[in-house]
Amino acid sequence: MNEAKVGVFVCHCGTNIGGFLDVPGLAKYALSLPHVVFSQDSQYTCSDAGLTEIKNAIAEKKLNRVVVASCTPRTHEPLFRSTCKDAGLNPYLFQFVNIRDQCSWVHMQEKERATEKAKALIRMGVARAVLLEPLEETEVEVNPCALVIGGGITGMTCALSLANRGFEVKLIEKEDQLGGTLNSLYKLYPTNEEASRLVQEKAKDVKKNSKVEVLTSSEVKEVEGFVGNYDVTVRQRERERLFKTGVIIVATGAETLKPVGMYGYDGEKVITQMELEQMLKEGGFNADTVVMIQCVGSRNEKRAYCSKVCCLTALKNAMLIKEANPDAQVFMLYRDMVTQGTKYEDYYGKTRETGITFIKYSPERQPVVENGSVRVYDEFLGEELSLPYDLVVLSTPMVAHPDSADLAQKLKVPVDEYGFFLEAHVKLRPVDFATDGIYVCGCAHWPANVGESISQAYGASSRASIPLSVGHVKTEPLIAMVDEDECVGCGLCELTCPFKAIRIEETEKGRKAKVIAASCKGCGACGAGCPEKAITMRHFTDEQLLAQVIPLAEVTS
Amino acid sequence: MEEKPKAVLVIGGGIAGIQAALDLGDMGIKVHLVERKPAIGGRMAQLDKTFPTNDCSICILAPKLADCFRHPNITLHTLSEVKNVTGQMGDFSVKLRKYARFVKENECVNCGECVAKCPVKVPDEFDMGLRKREAIYPYYLQGVPAVMTIDRENCLYLTRGVCRICEKFCTRGAIDFEQKDTDVTLHVGAIIVATGFDPFDPSGIPQYGYKRYRNVVTSLEYERLICASGPTGGHLTRPSDKKPAETIAFIQCVGSRDLKNNRYCSSVCCMHATKEAMLAYEHNPKVKSHIFYMDLRAAGKGFQKYVARGEQDYNISYIRGRVAKITEDRNENPIVWYEEPQSSKTEKMTADLAVLATSLVPRKGVEELVKVLGVELDEYNFFKTDPLNPLDTTRPGIFVCGCCREPTDIPESVAQASGAAERAAETIMR
Repeated sequence: MNEAKVGVFVCHCGTNIGGFLDVPGLAKYALSLPHVVFSQDSQYTCSDAGLTEIKNAIAEKKLNRVVVASCTPRTHEPLFRSTCKDAGLNPYLFQFVNIRDQCSWVHMQEKERATEKAKALIRMGVARAVLLEPLEETEVEVNPCALVIGGGITGMTCALSLANRGFEVKLIEKEDQLGGTLNSLYKLYPTNEEASRLVQEKAKDVKKNSKVEVLTSSEVKEVEGFVGNYDVTVRQRERERLFKTGVIIVATGAETLKPVGMYGYDGEKVITQMELEQMLKEGGFNADTVVMIQCVGSRNEKRAYCSKVCCLTALKNAMLIKEANPDAQVFMLYRDMVTQGTKYEDYYGKTRETGITFIKYSPERQPVVENGSVRVYDEFLGEELSLPYDLVVLSTPMVAHPDSADLAQKLKVPVDEYGFFLEAHVKLRPVDFATDGIYVCGCAHWPANVGESISQAYGASSRASIPLSVGHVKTEPLIAMVDEDECVGCGLCELTCPFKAIRIEETEKGRKAKVIAASCKGCGACGAGCPEKAITMRHFTDEQLLAQVIPLAEVTS
Repeated sequence: MEEKPKAVLVIGGGIAGIQAALDLGDMGIKVHLVERKPAIGGRMAQLDKTFPTNDCSICILAPKLADCFRHPNITLHTLSEVKNVTGQMGDFSVKLRKYARFVKENECVNCGECVAKCPVKVPDEFDMGLRKREAIYPYYLQGVPAVMTIDRENCLYLTRGVCRICEKFCTRGAIDFEQKDTDVTLHVGAIIVATGFDPFDPSGIPQYGYKRYRNVVTSLEYERLICASGPTGGHLTRPSDKKPAETIAFIQCVGSRDLKNNRYCSSVCCMHATKEAMLAYEHNPKVKSHIFYMDLRAAGKGFQKYVARGEQDYNISYIRGRVAKITEDRNENPIVWYEEPQSSKTEKMTADLAVLATSLVPRKGVEELVKVLGVELDEYNFFKTDPLNPLDTTRPGIFVCGCCREPTDIPESVAQASGAAERAAETIMR
């Protein structure tokens, strides 16, 4: 490449920067730096006018590097890169210098020193810009097929939705029939719809749909590849099948905790809500006095979370008991009643009207189940009560499937401390994994009721459909590069990579690390860990970074 | 040949509408994103931080605003309202009224010269009236599109025919008093409603003294007070005397779980009160917060631990019970009267500031919107949905997500928004 000709554009950002730093002075200073042939300050570099000035300068001054000193690359780097591209300059020859977030905003009280810091940042940015290399994005085709793991209501919703959009779907279910947890529930709150009827109807739709292939008694054995091109080996009984798929959705649900050793649980006189549902479903319920205990095994030190659905499940079952036996007495021992949203507060009110007795206990004074009676300290009355019972029902939380950790490892996606799958961003990416092309929904992610699971299933389908609809994924060129002459094939990089984006392959030169461009996020973990320094991060090479750091030590004149 | 997928209309430019629009746009479907206000961003843009990660709200939202603005498949219609909808699923015709901004969007660079000269001062809506703004103004600092707007209700020229000083000082000729409201017709295959919520006005609960006592504020006012880009520059001071607030009482369920007002639970208040108390402590470790609650509802991912952290590390006490009333002493300190849960005796606590966790209620104007859309509301005026078909309204082809269907936190609103996008995409590909 010809000698670097750098243009520097310094932004006032209205008063955001201009009100605190000497912006014209910064532009003037920039012109004194090596390789800088043009500099300018503008009110808003990101406005149409500001961008036109950049384009004009690229053409007229024959700039081959552009530096913008302004707000933050988080929001504005894509804009300036595309402006360079429009003017015929490779977008990776653009360098951002952050003088708003890192200068004017944080040093509002020290204008002169902030201006000096901005000079240093610009000097560093220019030094790096000189060494930038043009880079090209590449495209990878996407296999227009989705693989959904889990055939409960959540997974079936995903499968049908994506099939309606015209994509082929493979639906993998561990058990010998579709339906998941709902197969063993009785009626659903708040409509009292029969759970099994709901899932069986859904299952019928799934089986009828020619775009969906259902594999029951099946488990994922191995996952290879990356977004757009996953190879998934599925074991169905004795048979193994290989599927090529563009995306994967995890909808494996959760289990309910069996309270072994807690409150005298015996499965007969002391049972779980799930077991009560079976009893009610099969008509085997026969008790006059029932004591329900909430938060059994949850909201404690071991499981410091609320399982979200147990209060409503208990309320619903209490009402079903009243239906089955209007004379039955039901006591509900709870800590906090979790009936959130517009649909459930009234439901709670209705339950109170049916004569169910609510008793609040505190975690410091847990109820004690004795032979024939439950002792509990009532927080409101401020006294201890002894409640006789025919049946004690324990509300236990949802817990992660024991095999979810294994599946997470195969997919190279993380789980949280309780074994639930961990999404890319708790707030804004609730159904994505950090790994592109893999998504999560329903109770595999966190306890959720049926409605929430269905919402999330549609959400995950939407996210998964994006690469499927576009038909290709762009791979950013900011990835790791392996120098095969230096690589000794130790495999440390493969272990380090959080995205499954680098692996050891046999080559003519022996075992060598190979980067999967479509999966690599350019995080640099492999490069930092490589003992042979055989891995370079494109766009963040050692030379570029050192060139950027060295001018920091220079004194601004 | 396969017909090109039709466009989708998204009503509401908050986080839910934005996410729905981005998903559809990324699928290759054309989207019209309609926002009544001068800029997109919605309620999330007004929040300081977000639970349970304490991420800065605008910092994580801003990239999405920029994505919407730049997206080749998304057309933004700010200062716009849906006036009429005809047709049916797959083939709706939508009449949109685009209100005049009186500022040319392509010319304005948001420099602020005009604002400095405008003689009008009116309460700023985005900052919950805690600050005055001019009649020409940026809706908020990071608002998208990043242009000024002239407030037709308060501009001297538009109301009395005199002034035009902004026009004289604009170096770019961006002021345009000749702009007229226009109607445009859009053809779309599906509609997503994401109009969000308003905070409940607690003036109707006289015993809490809101508006009578200056140091009784609502949660959303508090979010602006503690936000670095808010009216106090992020210094948590009392409205009455600008002294730092060090003892803070958070009153939960204000207007919620209340037979006289809204019977429902607003779902997010236990968590945002916890966050707000944490932030006060982060700003000033002398702060002691008391949260008066009925049931602690911390059911989302990581919420229970967040509450535990609040108690252990942020000097927060949770006190169970509904606050009976708030009075005030001579120094304008709010006095909170409540029933002590252990002894059942009436107790009082003097605080520097009382924060009312007001319920989330449907946006003003929702009744007119549903008439236009031909869909039903539930008994509380949220959009009616079926628990097992949660993103569909009562009219085929019209979907709903976020707080206009029920009070919902941000992660769930985002998941629903993607879900509504999926339902809309299914519809138009049929």
